[in-house]
Amino acid sequence: MNAPLPNGRRRRLLLAGGSLTLAFAMHPAWPQGAGGTGKGKEGGLPGSLEKEPWLDAWIRIGADNAVTVFTGKAELGQGIKTALLQVAAEELQVHPGRIRLVTADTARTPNEGYTAGSHSMQDSGTALRHAAAQVRFILAGMAAARFGVADTALVLRDGVFAAPDGRRASYGELLAGRQLHLRADGKAPLRARAAHTVSGKPLHRVDIPAKVSGGSAYVQDLRLPGMVHARVVRPPSQAAQLAAVDTASVARLPGVLKVVRDGRYLAVIADGEYRAVKAAMALANAARWTVPAALPGTRDVPAEVRARPAEAMPILERGVLRQDGRSVGATYTRPWQLHASIGPSCALAQLVDGQYTVWTHSQGVYPLRAALAELLGVDKERIRCIHVEGSGCYGHNAADDVAADAALLARSYPGRPVRVQWMREEEHAWEPLGPAMLVDVRATLGSDGRIADWEYAVTSPSHNNRPGKAGNLLAATHLAQPFTPPPGKPIPQPEGGGDRNAIPYYALPNARVVHRFQQDAPLRTSALRSLGAYCNVFAIESFMDELALAAHADPVAFRLRHLDDPRAVAVVKLAADKFGWNAYRAGARRGRGFAFARYKNLAAYCAVALEVEVARETGFVRILRAVAAVDCGEIVNPDGVRNQIEGGIIQSASWTLLEQVRFDERHVQTVDWASYPILRFNQVPGRLEVHLIDRPGEPYLGTGEASQGPAAAALANAVAQAAGVRVRDLPLDRARMRAAK
Amino acid sequence: MSSFDLQVNGRRHRVETDADTPLLYVLRNELQLNGAKFGCGLGQCGACTVMLDGAPVMSCIVPVSVVGARPVRTVEALGTADRPGVLQQAFIDEQAAQCGYCIAGMIVRAQALLDRHPAPTDEQIRSHMMPNLCRCGTHMRILRAVRRAADALAKRPQGGRT
Repeated sequence: MNAPLPNGRRRRLLLAGGSLTLAFAMHPAWPQGAGGTGKGKEGGLPGSLEKEPWLDAWIRIGADNAVTVFTGKAELGQGIKTALLQVAAEELQVHPGRIRLVTADTARTPNEGYTAGSHSMQDSGTALRHAAAQVRFILAGMAAARFGVADTALVLRDGVFAAPDGRRASYGELLAGRQLHLRADGKAPLRARAAHTVSGKPLHRVDIPAKVSGGSAYVQDLRLPGMVHARVVRPPSQAAQLAAVDTASVARLPGVLKVVRDGRYLAVIADGEYRAVKAAMALANAARWTVPAALPGTRDVPAEVRARPAEAMPILERGVLRQDGRSVGATYTRPWQLHASIGPSCALAQLVDGQYTVWTHSQGVYPLRAALAELLGVDKERIRCIHVEGSGCYGHNAADDVAADAALLARSYPGRPVRVQWMREEEHAWEPLGPAMLVDVRATLGSDGRIADWEYAVTSPSHNNRPGKAGNLLAATHLAQPFTPPPGKPIPQPEGGGDRNAIPYYALPNARVVHRFQQDAPLRTSALRSLGAYCNVFAIESFMDELALAAHADPVAFRLRHLDDPRAVAVVKLAADKFGWNAYRAGARRGRGFAFARYKNLAAYCAVALEVEVARETGFVRILRAVAAVDCGEIVNPDGVRNQIEGGIIQSASWTLLEQVRFDERHVQTVDWASYPILRFNQVPGRLEVHLIDRPGEPYLGTGEASQGPAAAALANAVAQAAGVRVRDLPLDRARMRAAK
Repeated sequence: MSSFDLQVNGRRHRVETDADTPLLYVLRNELQLNGAKFGCGLGQCGACTVMLDGAPVMSCIVPVSVVGARPVRTVEALGTADRPGVLQQAFIDEQAAQCGYCIAGMIVRAQALLDRHPAPTDEQIRSHMMPNLCRCGTHMRILRAVRRAADALAKRPQGGRT
């Protein structure tokens, strides 16, 4: 590795304690280098530097030349650790294998809020890139001063500068144990994309070797000295009241260390894990509950969603409705759905001398800490939350809830680390749900074959009940002194919650879009990967096909007719070309489908084309092949992007073909993989291709949630063609496909 | 508490535990093996898959008391992070993991197939892998990894065995 170094003015560095402080402004107006500049706001610092501007909060270099990089984001299985290492390695010009990356930890890393919304590359990747570039730039200046040469004369290889005469100085030697406690300015020149050696190149994920060999990789794998095991006994429903419980008989069981009762919160702590499981079963049998009929049931989800009160909030009012032409309308729905992690949520907590340590797979260690502080009634400085990877969460699952369990039980059993592992039935029954949603859409087709007007209303409860408040934590609502969940709130545009992607990305001169926000929902709801975009893109892109059919137009051509962003046009054309759209001839029982969206209308572009075969007798939908095209700005790890898009398509196929939570008036009924089936190997696509469009110099756009919406709609469109009937209520499962007329 | 002699990954272990404890809990807690994962405790997802006498089983529903002298193999027997076995290397080469929580179980199930059918068809691989669930949607890569390992083994002089 080597990097040409920019001209720099001589700089005077003041040594201040263990850190270096610059005496005057660093840079003249540097020309911006290529790539991922990611300026969030006018004049603001790039990415998360805006919130955490100190360079040594992001990058620290030891006297031994060891490089440590810090991020407030967490590895969720999306490969963010590897991509962030690539970004830092590129700009620092240090081999990625030599960099230690520390992820979300309230004692050590910047506060970057939640790892959510496909924001990590934009926020943390952009911040690290600029911080690393500035660190390299400052160190180049120091090396140039030390050698008495121009910094353009230096050659940088793996964190070591060499002068023309052969003298060398490493980053560690230049800093000699001090840290660059300087404010980032976002002005250091970035390395030109053409010169990149790490970023934009394939790099194997750093976490996979441990995961394929039984290494300690997850919070579930932590075994702390003196650790005890706990299990919680949940009420039969959120409305259930505890009539009586015999804790004494459970306390006498082998290995039971403590039985906890606080209101209707019941738990056991035992000296062995399976003993805790058995004691929890005994405690469940020893409890008598009254279970009121407090739920609406799921016999008719669309009617139930429509019946619940909603506040109408216009999010787009453009032009004039009621244009001349042919009016077409439809209603689309999505049921309650689960994150359904393969590993149920788990956490450890320990209370020692008034200090809590919590090991958690939460997506937001800082917001979790605030919620725990309120729950426990202690100052947040008395709690340290450390992220340790868990099973993939796909949004706000029970990660925070189990951390609350662990903290509460650590309080009741101080000194020892308490490990709490949710059972499968708990995770299915109690995790926050992806909300049931309903979309009403109507449009007028003009005589020119274009959409003359568009009216759209999406009805949804909140997609954001993440902690921040104790009332967002499940256990807190069951205590004798319960915390009340704060009212659900909408996420404002342009990102949106239930209305995420509710505004079509198409050029529509006359359009009205309304978010009908529901304050209340029968069960707890929160962020499930892509939030409302899954349902809105399913609805918009299904309806685009229905309009194309009405206009006697090819669905891809009809979309292109309404797209004016060249990057959108490029992904649509690429997906269609790679699929062989124009040459396609449907065989018996077969059909093709297409869909496009730009996630949040401001992030990654994704188009999906796929082919299905539908057996109407059995209702079974088989995906023969799927082709995706993606533009996520400048690419850091091409295979990481492909992996995320592939996974998004398959997960979305699972939601779309199979998944719905069921409950009656009293209980959630989908409490395991038999009652809530997900996609298995027999139903995954025969072939799946992802084609990338790299955009060097463009901001990172993130990829974790780009394909879910397009995959769902492409599938629905293909199924409609293959089956000859349009099903507008998800999921397109066997029962529904058999019954469809 | 009872005492059990287990043959795990070629080594004999004596464990003291309650007789109804599932093998999974013994592997994870008594023997400190991380590979087999708790996923459901119901025999529905395969995250806990290990080989018992060469056959893939869901260790979350196998009481330790029924294991007896039959050999148990977990993913740890197939290689290490530094020296991965053929199938583990194939999973690395294909980058066949996202969160990876299901992957150890996937590898063990696939190993059981390759031990018996060193040259499986793609349809055999799909069908054999059916019991194991993945939530991240890594299925295509998992299938490719098993294919890659089978092809690599076929090129070996002895064929088959890892």
